[in-house]
Amino acid sequence: MRVVEKRQLLSAEEIDRTLQRLAHEIVEKSGGANDLALIGVRRRGVPLSERLAKQIRGFAHVASPVGTLDITLYRDDLSTIDHQPVVQSTQIDFPVDDRDLVIVDDVLYTGRTIRAAMNGLFDLGRPRRIRLCVLIDRGHRELPVEASFVGRSVQTTDTEIVEVRLQEIDGEERVMLVDRVE
Amino acid sequence: MLQRLSHLLGTEVLSHEQILFLLDQAKPFQEFQRHPLKKLATLRGKTVAIAFFESSTRTRISFTTAAARLGADTMALQAESSSLKKGESLIDTVRTLEAMRPDGIVIRHASSGAPAFVAERLEIPVLNAGDGTHEHPTQALLDALTIRDRKGKLEDWNVTILGDILHSRVARSNIHLLSKFGTRITLCGPAMWVPRALENLAPNLRVTHRIEEALEGADVVMVLRVQTERIHEPALAADEYIAGYQLTPARLRLARPDALVLHPGPIVRGLEIDSAVADGPQSGVLEQVTNGLAVRMALLYHLIGGAPTDAPHPAKDRSNASD
Repeated sequence: MRVVEKRQLLSAEEIDRTLQRLAHEIVEKSGGANDLALIGVRRRGVPLSERLAKQIRGFAHVASPVGTLDITLYRDDLSTIDHQPVVQSTQIDFPVDDRDLVIVDDVLYTGRTIRAAMNGLFDLGRPRRIRLCVLIDRGHRELPVEASFVGRSVQTTDTEIVEVRLQEIDGEERVMLVDRVE
Repeated sequence: MLQRLSHLLGTEVLSHEQILFLLDQAKPFQEFQRHPLKKLATLRGKTVAIAFFESSTRTRISFTTAAARLGADTMALQAESSSLKKGESLIDTVRTLEAMRPDGIVIRHASSGAPAFVAERLEIPVLNAGDGTHEHPTQALLDALTIRDRKGKLEDWNVTILGDILHSRVARSNIHLLSKFGTRITLCGPAMWVPRALENLAPNLRVTHRIEEALEGADVVMVLRVQTERIHEPALAADEYIAGYQLTPARLRLARPDALVLHPGPIVRGLEIDSAVADGPQSGVLEQVTNGLAVRMALLYHLIGGAPTDAPHPAKDRSNASD
């Protein structure tokens, strides 16, 4: 099976502008940023959450805490796969009780990752509210999960893959739509 | 990687990479011990048989708790239970357990090699929780994790092991593990427990019967429990052992000032170790207990998680880079 690039969805500059807009939306719809905390889902939600926090600090002058969540232990497909995926650390060094949490991830697809992320957060306490912010919503939900903040909605087919490349992880910055061909 | 590890029988057979992988995988489970809600559903529906043919409290509780925190159920067989007393053979007992369809089995047995014997005959992963005088691999892994945490790295330390080395599976597993990381190991204790022949166990290993010599320059001091059944006149009196080999604050001062003191437990205070050392700032004893849970959770997750080997489940082919 090969993977071919179909088109670019976002350039580096567009990613940056999208994140600026998302940061403003988050603060506006939260009535300020005082109780906000951002939770980046490994892997690419992590740099995105850090960038959003930096934006918020820049214009709202509030240092929102940022945490990192690894959802591996909460996946719903572990009993069906042969080799267990590597577990990484979850680093949320602040109490989530009564916090206004925003889960940050790169792509919203089936919704299963976000279900797992919410389970992980509940193990840490009882947040006042949990919302979701994603760079790309590509549809094809398998669970009743929707994002409160969406960078861009994209129509995709089942075989297509949305590839988010971020400087911090991939050494380049763009979002592509690729397709699997036999 | 761990892909080829289907049992945990000992540290001697583990590669350098497998050990590092397991220690890295224990890390998230260390953090997990601090969560307010210590219950995962990761291994929900899995069952771990805990077959202890030799009595144990700490290791059994640790494995049982590790399984419970991952969401697995356990079925326990204890040394005191009736079938063993009635003369049932090891293989008949484990085959009976296997017929109840557990997903893995944790074994402690007084005979060296019992877990390997069982592993050859059963289809499920076997975890050695201590076999005779052979190995106690999870103890060595949790010791290694404690050393790495407290001293920043695992490589190149001077490690001194004190006590009854000859009969100690903890010592053997530690020697096999640490020697893969360039550790210089000193074994020390009475001559009848620390024969010269032990020097052949691993490279960079020396034997001494003088505790002062053993402690000088040590970065880590592992104190073994003295099995009281082995202490008897005229071979060795308790006060002779105390005089010659007890780890006291004065003796610990011969080691490096930041030397870490480990003990696999249970501690016999006033025999192999002075209370002031066991409870002192250099002691890592309680961290060892917590780290034991983390190591055992990581092992259970990787060994018994996933699709059962006898019934391969078609893995879902829904591989989006982001989902």
